[in-house]
Amino acid sequence: MSLSPVEGVALAEIESDPDASTPAAKGVVGRSPGQLAWLRLRRDRTAVVSGVLLVFFLLLGLAAPLIEMVYGIGPREQFQNLLDGFGMPLGYAGGVTGEHWFGLEPGLGRDIFIRLIYGLRTSLFIAFAAALITATIGVVLGALAGYLGGWLDAVINWITDLTLAMPFLIIALALTPTITLRFYGERGQVSSAFGVGVLIAVFAIFGWTSTARLVRGQVIALREREFVEAARASGAGLGHMLFRQLLPNIWAPILVSFSLAVPQFITSEAALSFIGVGLSDETPSFGRMIYRSLDFLQTDPAYVFFPGIMIFALVFAFNLFGDALRDALDPKSSR
Amino acid sequence: MARFLLKRLFSATLTLFAVSVLTFLMFFALPRDPVSSICSKNCNPERLERVRDDLGLNDPLISQYAGYMKGIVTGRDLGSAQGGRCDAPCLGWSYVTNEAVSDTIARVLPVTLSIVIPAAILWLLLGVGLGMVSALRRGTWLDRLAIGFSLTGASLQLYFVGAVLLLVFVYNLRLLPVPSYTSIFDNPAKWASGLVLAWVALAFLFSAIYARLSRAQMLETLSEDFVRTARAKGLAKPKVYGRHALRAAITPVVTIAGLDVGGALGGTVITETTFGIQGLGRTAVDAVRSGDLPTIMATVLIAAVFVVLANVLVDLLYATIDPRVRLR
Repeated sequence: MSLSPVEGVALAEIESDPDASTPAAKGVVGRSPGQLAWLRLRRDRTAVVSGVLLVFFLLLGLAAPLIEMVYGIGPREQFQNLLDGFGMPLGYAGGVTGEHWFGLEPGLGRDIFIRLIYGLRTSLFIAFAAALITATIGVVLGALAGYLGGWLDAVINWITDLTLAMPFLIIALALTPTITLRFYGERGQVSSAFGVGVLIAVFAIFGWTSTARLVRGQVIALREREFVEAARASGAGLGHMLFRQLLPNIWAPILVSFSLAVPQFITSEAALSFIGVGLSDETPSFGRMIYRSLDFLQTDPAYVFFPGIMIFALVFAFNLFGDALRDALDPKSSR
Repeated sequence: MARFLLKRLFSATLTLFAVSVLTFLMFFALPRDPVSSICSKNCNPERLERVRDDLGLNDPLISQYAGYMKGIVTGRDLGSAQGGRCDAPCLGWSYVTNEAVSDTIARVLPVTLSIVIPAAILWLLLGVGLGMVSALRRGTWLDRLAIGFSLTGASLQLYFVGAVLLLVFVYNLRLLPVPSYTSIFDNPAKWASGLVLAWVALAFLFSAIYARLSRAQMLETLSEDFVRTARAKGLAKPKVYGRHALRAAITPVVTIAGLDVGGALGGTVITETTFGIQGLGRTAVDAVRSGDLPTIMATVLIAAVFVVLANVLVDLLYATIDPRVRLR
């Protein structure tokens, strides 16, 4: 039997229910911490609304090719005939019509709505992949540093400091063309999948530090507890100690930091494509669209609002949900 | 105290050394031939070879690195093609701008400083103030307003806020000139009016994060025993909140602020691109686009110096702010 507090079941519902004046009559229901958190999450209105919004965004991103079929316009199609002599879309608000819901891009005349849908798909994919990879690296390094301590802790700490000291945007900016050049040479046509891969790799190199710090702190706090000592005394190996004894007790903060990392990567991806790294203009992306729209601020102000509001809504929903998740997992927090 | 400072400075130097080696390897040793980007397609082989020699690219990597480092500490001779003698913080010669890199940096660094320092003062005052007020007035409409403000600000993107600000104040209302940099010593009014939008955009987004953090910290501190003791022994409320509680609550804020300000001083790439101001960040972006290796190297190093120095400063501040912290 394990002494780990997670595996024991919380005996009764902690929150008092005003209706149940005689709790004994209803019987004491045993609920695991996970179930309790789920209950709290479902009762939280913000969590439900932002959660539904997130699912909606995910579905939009996943169903992008389907939406393209229904909508009838592809992300690379150009409608030059709907632009005036200066390359500005005809009509109101950047050429919004029943056919082109969000109007057209000035200059190239591509449909903004379908480009946003595909941009959402790229953005979500990159953010989730990067968050998963960085969480894994961070958890392993942080747990090792916290549990083993000593020189390993010092080395990992120092590498963390080093990574934090590197200016992320500039290095990413300089590194991506170099990596691409190494694989493709001077003239090669870079596929968009490769651009996405390079971006994820760059995020993985620089993004793991905060999770590592968090996990290290948590593991240090747990290291001297009785159940850890008991497991160690019965001869548990390193892998068992880390993944069976320690990690199940700190999954809550890891989950929260994961859910807050996703919007950060969405933001970083947009920022990188804003300054022109990684994704080529062929791949639809929020950052790239906003960068292009800055040139048309005076002539076509509607162009900046569609991608700007879209990315705000996405990040906002993620942030709200992450906060609600934290509240649900940690009832003591007084945010 | 002195021993702590020595230890901290030593590890900071070590970090900077590692950053310099890493960036040097990354940019000078990677396959891309730095010379081919300097001179465009139709360059004859002799000239290419000469440039390569001038840059010392034919020497072994270690001596290249040693030469670069020696240049920073004591200055060195770069040869007539690169402007001859290059004085003490010598960061090399850029073939793209035909200028010593240290001159470029000396020109653009004040720009970034003028953006970041006023913005940082604004965002710290606004953020911490808002966080404190909303913690003290917990549950009121003021608190809810502050929470809404910080949630919105934390999800907005600088380039979007910047674009909207430009659209409203510059293009539609015509209240402000198109953002640009003028030295504060030449014309302070023009300096401020050219940069105020950048300050506002940065301050809005950052203060949102600080308001949230300091509110949470303040709430936690207010429930601690020493705050109750201070109230119980008859201290006035402003004194308890302003001196006792704030000092304890603000330490994590200082940590984040150190990282943020240090990072921003190394170049506010997005801000500078959005408002079209040529600071350290834009210079770095331009250098990357044109393959200007010495300038890239210099901007990365300077950014790292700011981050590392800010970290040391934060550790020192800790001891002054929170008397419970002892430096070892």
